Amino acid sequence: MYIVDMLGITKTFGELVANDNVDFQLRKGEIHALLGENGAGKTTLMRILYGLYRPDTGIIKVAEQPVEIHSPKDAIANGIGMVTQHFALVPPLSVAENIVLGNTDGFVVNRAVIEEKVGAAAHRFGIEIDPKSLVRHLAVGQRQRVEILKALYRNARVLILDEPTAVLVPQEVDALFETLNRLKADGLSVIFISHKLHEVTQITDRVTVLRDGKLIGTVDTKGMSQSQLAAMMVGRETFGVTRKDEQHQQQPVTLHIDNLCAKNDQGMPALTNICLEVKAGEILGIAGVGGNGQKELAETLCGVRECASGSIQLEGKELIGQTPAGFTQAGVGRIPEDRHEGMVGDLTVTENLALEHLNEYTRSGVLDHKAIRNRAEELIRQFQIKARPNDPVRTLSGGNMQKVLLARVLSRDPKAVIVPQPTRGLDVGATDYVRQQLLEQRDRGAAILLISEDLDEILALSDRIAVIYEGEIVGILPAGEATPERLGLLMSGAVKEH
Amino acid sequence: MEIFIINLIGATLRVSTPILLAAIGETYAERAGILNLGIEGTMFFGAFIGFFVADKSGSLWLGFLIAVLSGVIFGLLMALLTVTLGVNQHVSGLGITMLCTGLSLFAFRLNYGGRSIPPSIESFQQLAPFKNIPWLNTLTEQYLFTYIAFLVIVPLAWWLLYRTSFGLKIRSVGENPEAADAAGVNVFAVRYAALAIGGGLMAAGGAFLSLAQLGAFTHGIIAGRGWVAIAIVIFGNWNPVRAMWGALIFGGASALQLRLQTMGLQLPIPYETFLALPYIVTIIALVLAGRNASYPAALLKPYRRE
Repeated sequence: MYIVDMLGITKTFGELVANDNVDFQLRKGEIHALLGENGAGKTTLMRILYGLYRPDTGIIKVAEQPVEIHSPKDAIANGIGMVTQHFALVPPLSVAENIVLGNTDGFVVNRAVIEEKVGAAAHRFGIEIDPKSLVRHLAVGQRQRVEILKALYRNARVLILDEPTAVLVPQEVDALFETLNRLKADGLSVIFISHKLHEVTQITDRVTVLRDGKLIGTVDTKGMSQSQLAAMMVGRETFGVTRKDEQHQQQPVTLHIDNLCAKNDQGMPALTNICLEVKAGEILGIAGVGGNGQKELAETLCGVRECASGSIQLEGKELIGQTPAGFTQAGVGRIPEDRHEGMVGDLTVTENLALEHLNEYTRSGVLDHKAIRNRAEELIRQFQIKARPNDPVRTLSGGNMQKVLLARVLSRDPKAVIVPQPTRGLDVGATDYVRQQLLEQRDRGAAILLISEDLDEILALSDRIAVIYEGEIVGILPAGEATPERLGLLMSGAVKEH
Repeated sequence: MEIFIINLIGATLRVSTPILLAAIGETYAERAGILNLGIEGTMFFGAFIGFFVADKSGSLWLGFLIAVLSGVIFGLLMALLTVTLGVNQHVSGLGITMLCTGLSLFAFRLNYGGRSIPPSIESFQQLAPFKNIPWLNTLTEQYLFTYIAFLVIVPLAWWLLYRTSFGLKIRSVGENPEAADAAGVNVFAVRYAALAIGGGLMAAGGAFLSLAQLGAFTHGIIAGRGWVAIAIVIFGNWNPVRAMWGALIFGGASALQLRLQTMGLQLPIPYETFLALPYIVTIIALVLAGRNASYPAALLKPYRRE
């Protein structure tokens, strides 16, 4: 028996067909992955189930009964709860208030009573959270727990999780999976939206794959390999980057970082005596658990963050004291960690592509629109950006936004490239593309500093790997000697290798 | 000296009343995420329509009731513009203020012509529960509305906002309407309700001036009290009880300047200096308290389901 049946669901947004006659069936007590690349229609399908969108056609049944779901309220009444990517929490309110919001028993809300009820529910479902704490004081992983508890508190029998691990650190992912397995044992059904294959194979019982809004198929997870699933997802058998291993020993040092120290936003030391060398034609990977100074390192190396002491030399030229524009001018390519930070969402692709180099397109104070336009069309072709020149950047998918950023930076042939988290949140196809571009830059002779929390990415791309822990480099290994185990020990701060 | 101070406190309570009512009304609107700049006009229209109805019907209470009703209607108009139609809140609010002011002045001119002495009515009487104790009488001889504002509206507004499911909905809708919507709260209905309550309170504040404190209607009857109320909302950090302290500070400065004016006639200071005092005090209070202001996160943002 199926607890949820979605039959023949079609949903269009203007000309875009987000879901094309999709069937989705969920069994009681299973964890069911909804797998697909970004834009495949996974989230749309689930937003329909949760009443946030109305389908154009199609039937939804809950426990074999046809239902009409017009709003989240209807979904909740049918025992369906959803944890969206952007948490639907009110930060200044307490955990208990957030959980009872829209679900209060009477008109009067007695704090002590709701805190006790929420506390009891948390205990019953084995979710560790203090009902009294204000949500704004909670870490991301804790907020997610509040969201899950909120759904369970409303007697959800079906829990939809939209890319729940995207915002979590590895330890939090483990805790989440533990919770999900326990809930499954209690008879709850979970829909797990993801594009991360190793998570899908690790936690789910069945997988439904969507591609371009169409249903590709539903299979049992057991017996499926990651590459088989990937093939279903992207529609081709092999994927991954091709890498030529070369020796870079003889190459000159392009980027020389010496005793670099910097403070974080709170004024506390974030980087301590960082010494790194990146050679021409080399990718140096910086591995580490998130929040160990990666963000500060990237910002300092691009001139965005002031350094407390130390030196940054590009081909022997000191960069400390320069403005961010001075860094760019000198040949440092900067691809910001937050894609939205590097671009102006309401400006067009064309304008964003010209943004860092406006002075080159300016003649006696007036912009040369024709030159900007020609350049943009060329870059859109060269970097395979799926967008028209006049589309506002905010309408682009994450992958295409990243391509715009890459095009802007890499087309300048920078001597050094600083890339923090370049593939975070991207689907498999876009990830491949970005990695391929970085390798091409390496082969061109650029010095690339790749900062990533994704160990697989570090291992796949780097020539050498440095590990950062609490703002210090605790070890530097050649890629050939690096194993996940050895890196893991370094990343946890258990050992130091110099 | 004691007489002076008791007198001053009594006057402070009186002068604070209309601003307190308006500030609590604005607090409700902003807590739900709507900056209602229609406040000045809503107060003005409340003052006018209350006076007009009372004058024509002979019933002060009917005038007051119609005034509150008019405030509710203008609150709903603001809701229609900003919540349903998603119009810019600054423009809608200022538009409502202009509309209300224009309507009031036009209707006033039609009915009373251009007189040099403003028409007046027999206003509400003050209550005097302690007639026999002179000093206590000075303090407690107040209009019923002052008692209601401080003893009923303030605690009730606080309780409603922080201790009921309705208040929880208002606060969540003003902070994160997406979250409230996902939790099954009707964002639109809550915002309509908050604006209706807010408008009613604003108009009540205006009617207090024309029906109780002054017993007359003049063109300068509100004199920027609506804008002061907005400052007081920020000073009060969107909390009705703290807004009350803000209203008292402004009221105290107003009452003080009236007395300074009468005492300071011999001083070589122009009386306008004293007139400006309450506004200067408000600005200083706002500067001191406003730096830590935590605005409702969804203020000014129209909510649309994707």
